[in-house]
Amino acid sequence: MRKGMFYGLLFTAPAILGFAVFTLGPMIASLVLSLTDYNVFKAHTSFTGLDHYIRLFSGEDELFYQSLGATFYFVVLRVPAVIILSFAVALLLNLNVKGRAIFRTIIYLPSIVPAVASAMIWMWLLNPDLGLINSLLSRLHLPTSGWLYSEESVIPSVVLTTLWGIGSTVIIFLAGLSGIPRQYYEAIEVDGGGWFHRLRHVTIPMVTPTIFFNTIMTIIGSFQVFNEAYILTQGGPNNKSLFYVFYLWRTGFRDADMGYASALAWILFVIILFFTVIVFRTSKSWVYYEGGERS
Amino acid sequence: MFIIPFVWLVRSSLMNLSQIFTMPPEWIPAPFQWSNFQRALTALPFDTFFKNTLIIVVTVLVGTVITSTIGAFGFSRIQWKGRDTVFAILMTSMMLPAAVTMIPSFLGWQALGFYDTLYPLIIPAYFGGGIFNIFLLRQFYLTIPRDFDEAAFVDGASYWQIYTRIIFPLSRSAVIVVALFSFLASWNDFMGPLIYLKSDSLFTLALGLQMFQGSYTAQWDLLMAASATVVLPCVIVFLAGQRYFLEGITLTGLKG
Repeated sequence: MRKGMFYGLLFTAPAILGFAVFTLGPMIASLVLSLTDYNVFKAHTSFTGLDHYIRLFSGEDELFYQSLGATFYFVVLRVPAVIILSFAVALLLNLNVKGRAIFRTIIYLPSIVPAVASAMIWMWLLNPDLGLINSLLSRLHLPTSGWLYSEESVIPSVVLTTLWGIGSTVIIFLAGLSGIPRQYYEAIEVDGGGWFHRLRHVTIPMVTPTIFFNTIMTIIGSFQVFNEAYILTQGGPNNKSLFYVFYLWRTGFRDADMGYASALAWILFVIILFFTVIVFRTSKSWVYYEGGERS
Repeated sequence: MFIIPFVWLVRSSLMNLSQIFTMPPEWIPAPFQWSNFQRALTALPFDTFFKNTLIIVVTVLVGTVITSTIGAFGFSRIQWKGRDTVFAILMTSMMLPAAVTMIPSFLGWQALGFYDTLYPLIIPAYFGGGIFNIFLLRQFYLTIPRDFDEAAFVDGASYWQIYTRIIFPLSRSAVIVVALFSFLASWNDFMGPLIYLKSDSLFTLALGLQMFQGSYTAQWDLLMAASATVVLPCVIVFLAGQRYFLEGITLTGLKG
């Protein structure tokens, strides 16, 4: 077609420009900043080279390790919980029951609730003295918990509150499930295979691309947990829920130590990249694509 | 399981404090404390917060729909050299943690004199409207038969006319999905306003609610009434567009 190049670039110009200005530029700037001691409160900025990185890894900054540990704990707990729970919910919703659309809506609704409002609801539900959950537990003569207020239970509690918002993951699983050709199930039925057989030999292999996609997205999202730390716990008690991005935000915006915070940001980027690449690498052995390997 | 927190929110927002704390818990408020809403919403200038949120949501929505549909058109209906490579490069921004770009972006907006204004929250929507939206629309556009544009071309239509007269009208449901996503994302955004806004008079509902939490820690009835008010518009918008929503995600979820 005529003048394709010109018009192609014209139509995509806002997106390309936006990428350059709001992604690529800041990315490079962030790398440069991380090599300086830029601080809003200081008059002079000087080039410090790898000092921030050395300080971070030398063990001098205890909060760095604290926040890294809290975040890893969160990711390790949350990723399998989100994947298993949303897959189970999607399996249930995929059954041919009446009112399926209503159930799908109910599952999806929590994920559209603003984080602040959702945090408020959960603070109220999990309140150790007045909350619904502890009051139900004690009426059933089950042990209660300090939830967000106890060092041991704070991170599991935050994971619990985020599980309320698995709606979009469930919907993507449903999309994957609906793409499984019916004849595979029919073949199993002819062979006399039951529900478990169908799940094990058809459903799970056929949705591995969806599991893969959801796992990657959940890992990326979980490493960046922020709102919950800011609203629910402020990093407490005793820094036990000092999540990485919350620490980064605090360093950059409260302490105005933007050079150091940029170094923190780059380390997070490398960590996320590392885990994404690992999942991609292992995917060859467990992700099944119909009709052979896709590029 | 998924609905109980909503019920708990609504019932708590309509009770007085002593009723809220009754053990065992009661589920039906008696009488309904409608005054909670009035008290909660006048305790802080929620009307200002609402106005600010609305300005952001509407302008962001317009920008997102215009530039993401145009971008998706350029990445799917026009043939040009390097198109798919450029698109793949743009896709990498989905993997990048927002934290990496947060500080330089902030410093950039500050240098331009836009700190403590709504511009940093609005202008980016006019530059592509987010790669995810372009991706979603592109997937949709690719399913529209090529013959449509070919025929229009023969009749002497320009790319712009093909976009406005053929592709855009045909992709109504995908555009609605993008608009819904855009609405929810900017209505729910917390970190953006937290970083860029300082004056109370510019605060959004999400920030206002957080501020409210700080100053009314023990007033659970008012906190729940204020929270319900922030949640309600999201629920209404979602219910209005949910047919497209679930369909749109299912359609464009992964295939491709």
